[in-house]
Amino acid sequence: MSEWLSAGETARRIAAGELTALRAVDAYLRRIANLDRELGAFLALDSEGARHAAQQVDAARAAGAALGPLAGVPVALKDVLVTRGLATTAASKILDGWIPPYDATCVERLRGAGAIVLGKLNCDEFAMGSSTERSAFKKTKNPWDRTRVPGGSSGGSSAAVAAALCAASLGTDTGGSIRQPAAFCGVVGMKPTYGRVSRYGVVAFASSLDQVGPLARTVGDAALVLEVIAGLDPRDATSLDAPVPRYRDALTGEVKALRIGLPHEYFDGAQIDGEVRAALDRTIAALRERGAEMVDIALPHTEHALPAYYVVAPAEASSNLARYDGVRYGKRAEAADLLDLYRRSRGAGFGPEVKRRIMLGTYALRSGYYDAYYKKAQQVRALIKRDFDKAFHHVDAILTPTTPTAAFRFGAKSTPLEMYAGDIFTLACNLAGLPGISVPCGLTGDGLPIGAQLLGRPLDEATLLRAGQVIEAAVGLGDRRPGAIA
Amino acid sequence: MPSLSRTEVEDIALLARLHLEPDELARMQDELGAIIEHFGALAAVDTEGVAPMTHAVPMDLALRPDVVAPSLPVEDALRGAPARAGDLFVVPAIIAGTE
Amino acid sequence: MTEDDGPTEPSGALEPDWEPVIGLEVHVQLATASKAFSPSATTFGEPPNTLTDPVVLGLPGALPTFNRAALELALKLGVATESKIRARSRFARKHYFYPDLPKGYQISQYDEPLCEDGRLAILVGNQVKSIKLQRIHLEEDAGKNLHVGAVSHVDLNRAGVPLVEVVSAPELGSAEEAAEFMRALHRLVRWLDISEADMEKGQMRCDANVSVRRRGEDRLGTRAELKNINSFRFVHNAVEHEIARQIRILESGGRIVQETRLWDAEAGASQAMRSKETAEDYRYFPDPDLPPLVVDGAIMANILRGLPELPSARFARYLRQHGLSPDDARTMISDRALAEYFEAAVKAHPGERSGRMIANWMLSELLGALHADGKTIADSPIPPERLSELIRMVEDGTISGKIGKDIFEECYKTGEAPRAIVERKGVQQISDEAALWEVVDRVVGANPKQAEAYKAGKDGLFGFFVGAVMRETQGRANPVITSDLLHKRLGR
Repeated sequence: MSEWLSAGETARRIAAGELTALRAVDAYLRRIANLDRELGAFLALDSEGARHAAQQVDAARAAGAALGPLAGVPVALKDVLVTRGLATTAASKILDGWIPPYDATCVERLRGAGAIVLGKLNCDEFAMGSSTERSAFKKTKNPWDRTRVPGGSSGGSSAAVAAALCAASLGTDTGGSIRQPAAFCGVVGMKPTYGRVSRYGVVAFASSLDQVGPLARTVGDAALVLEVIAGLDPRDATSLDAPVPRYRDALTGEVKALRIGLPHEYFDGAQIDGEVRAALDRTIAALRERGAEMVDIALPHTEHALPAYYVVAPAEASSNLARYDGVRYGKRAEAADLLDLYRRSRGAGFGPEVKRRIMLGTYALRSGYYDAYYKKAQQVRALIKRDFDKAFHHVDAILTPTTPTAAFRFGAKSTPLEMYAGDIFTLACNLAGLPGISVPCGLTGDGLPIGAQLLGRPLDEATLLRAGQVIEAAVGLGDRRPGAIA
Repeated sequence: MPSLSRTEVEDIALLARLHLEPDELARMQDELGAIIEHFGALAAVDTEGVAPMTHAVPMDLALRPDVVAPSLPVEDALRGAPARAGDLFVVPAIIAGTE
Repeated sequence: MTEDDGPTEPSGALEPDWEPVIGLEVHVQLATASKAFSPSATTFGEPPNTLTDPVVLGLPGALPTFNRAALELALKLGVATESKIRARSRFARKHYFYPDLPKGYQISQYDEPLCEDGRLAILVGNQVKSIKLQRIHLEEDAGKNLHVGAVSHVDLNRAGVPLVEVVSAPELGSAEEAAEFMRALHRLVRWLDISEADMEKGQMRCDANVSVRRRGEDRLGTRAELKNINSFRFVHNAVEHEIARQIRILESGGRIVQETRLWDAEAGASQAMRSKETAEDYRYFPDPDLPPLVVDGAIMANILRGLPELPSARFARYLRQHGLSPDDARTMISDRALAEYFEAAVKAHPGERSGRMIANWMLSELLGALHADGKTIADSPIPPERLSELIRMVEDGTISGKIGKDIFEECYKTGEAPRAIVERKGVQQISDEAALWEVVDRVVGANPKQAEAYKAGKDGLFGFFVGAVMRETQGRANPVITSDLLHKRLGR
């Protein structure tokens, strides 16, 4: 079987009896064995568990039982998603060896739909980063160019999907961590509306920004996976009580009369690479040809998204990471007394980026600073959301480049601020709680993928999937596959 | 926006219970200082009368019915505990008088 | 750790110059089945770490969900204390590191608490003093840390149990008032079934903020915070000790240090806790995992509907409607079960004086018997209607008061209806004058010597004749009529 099959096609063939789940799983396991030593996408592999689950799907099919929409589809999960009995580390030393006693809701739902969990994927430590270089354990390489990063923080997910080491993946997105790696690796990545997918069982980074979403090789697959994981979860008080549409039905191939906003703040400015700009121009032209209407819009508070994000996210992170103290689970350092226990376990267990963000967040929440920083940032956030609300009176979706450049080389960003600056196009979406999708829309001259981003109204993932699929069909990568892998 | 003094960095590190080596402290001073200066730009934004955004999509807190659900088996709760005494977690003694 | 002072003799009278100012922060565990933010059980006394789940343990990825009953119980208290209820309140994270605090923060309320500006009436002697409650807010309890030599053991069963924190204004003026406040709050929360409030189980705890100032001065003095107070008596002793300690310091020209002091009940003294390396900065911010808590009209209507008459209102009514003494009324409202028994008994035997009679019988005979048995009013073998029946028979003369007490004992032991016992024993009171005259006449006639002696002035012998009549009538003679007739027959 071809590991390049879409998840949807894999599920169809298994349901039709043309393919067994076990064959599918074994095919991926073989491919992982061949390629992942070099690629470095996986942190944990559960061959036994995956094969066992596959056999159960095959047995169910043979017995004529009803199969779920993802039955037999081998997936892999970013290692910030908690999986029962399977090591979950958030790519951090402080959780090295932790075996969770429960499954995240999104994992439960995937399993419930028949999907097979192959293993856990590398990421930036605690999802804090934009290149996966911040993993405490290993480097993941971009399958299109092994000297370059796969993006982050869901770099293991984007690389694995791009290199066909799994049929699809779940990542998390706090400031762009699904969309940016998707763009760098030439795959589809979607961040749903805040609250669309349960955060129960998602190792928390920034509670008011985090969302789980699919990475896949096609928009159709992203729609399929989203349908399975979305929906109210009583265990997550921030999950939305809104019906989950059949997202597959949104994929009509039509964009006639769709009004698409082009925010000048995202297009003006020197920092966008020329080839990225050109790819976006081609995307815009393709959409126009198919009847979409382009509208110039303004999102005036865009420039404040970066500072607002870098107050809110670290503040919430510093709070969410207070539980990692070596007392009840995880790694504990040698210590003479209690204070030492906390300081040394956390000092040794967290990497430098995580420590930096904890320090930033602690600073911002200190009494005396709360009003000037966190509260202020939350007010600015409201203004950013207001910008989008106004824009959505005139447009149905907003189109921007996902990132200003294609994938950069390892070590290219030498200061934290440089790294943070690369997120400028993705951050505002998280701050406003809106859904966003990145769809491949071309390659650079060096053969590096470029992503186009669509942002939508709250709970309007359907429009993004619809328009995204049109982009995919018109200017996507087609059959092209990453050249840097065997 | 003032950059951070070494004392301030040490205070924050203590609040956050992070042991930092001297070179880490120095690096942190520089890096944090630069970032904080950068997000000081927020101060210039006019937010008069703007309510802080509490949640991306407005929502009220759902109320859970007061029904008991099974707890984790105690073995699951203690598994992975770095130190235990029977079914209790163990930590070094608090320094006397600092409770 | 050094001890600043030793045990102090409580001064009989306070230095007239000094005015103590006390505020209390009381934590009350809410009587819910499941925890505040997790569906694990709240049962007391279970084996360690058997009431946990990912949320309680603070595992990676766990999220809080809020217990409806905790809200309802807190609202009951808010309404009963005439607090302003916030339509939208928020939970906040309060950060500090401690082994019994799994997440490294406690979910509490800060800027926008559920209730503010309430009042609690306390009885100081027989005066009612209304103490302002600055706030009542919801939060979760921490687990338990047990020191065992060089290590500590952590049990998280209690972690996450819902609490309300009740903060009084600094309006209490003495150790006695502070203890009264605790008693009043204890009574109220039990009355409303909000909490069992068993202080021995740690279901109600308090910290006291104590300062003194010269009488007439507006400004508050520096205050000290007293912790580790877990009984009413300790409240009184600790506060009294602290007042004396502060006065002593100020009078000798010293200054009060703002600090936290731990009460040591055995030593009868407090000790300053060593200040931590840095002042604690809790870094409060609204909990992003919990959207705003909305209290709407429907919830409030439910709460108001279910609220019983409050102890203070009932106290006033007992004075006014039933003419109970303040002491008796106070005893009656100390326990809702007792008050409900009284209500039922009065309902079965209404009347202007019946309330007082019922109260007398309850507080002396019934409670006495129950106490001797180690029972509470809830276990009373005599239901209120039966007690009323008995009292009615005494009131209408069917039986004498003395016989009534015998019937009471029998009824208590066997549960038999009083009327049936009276019938069975044939101990109805004899009030027929003619019949009694016969007996009186006979008795006096049979004892001429004593009669002479009495007529001559030996008053004490009257009792002899009363006793004789009672013996002749098996105790059934109406004592008042008997006395009357004897006086007639004896000539004086």
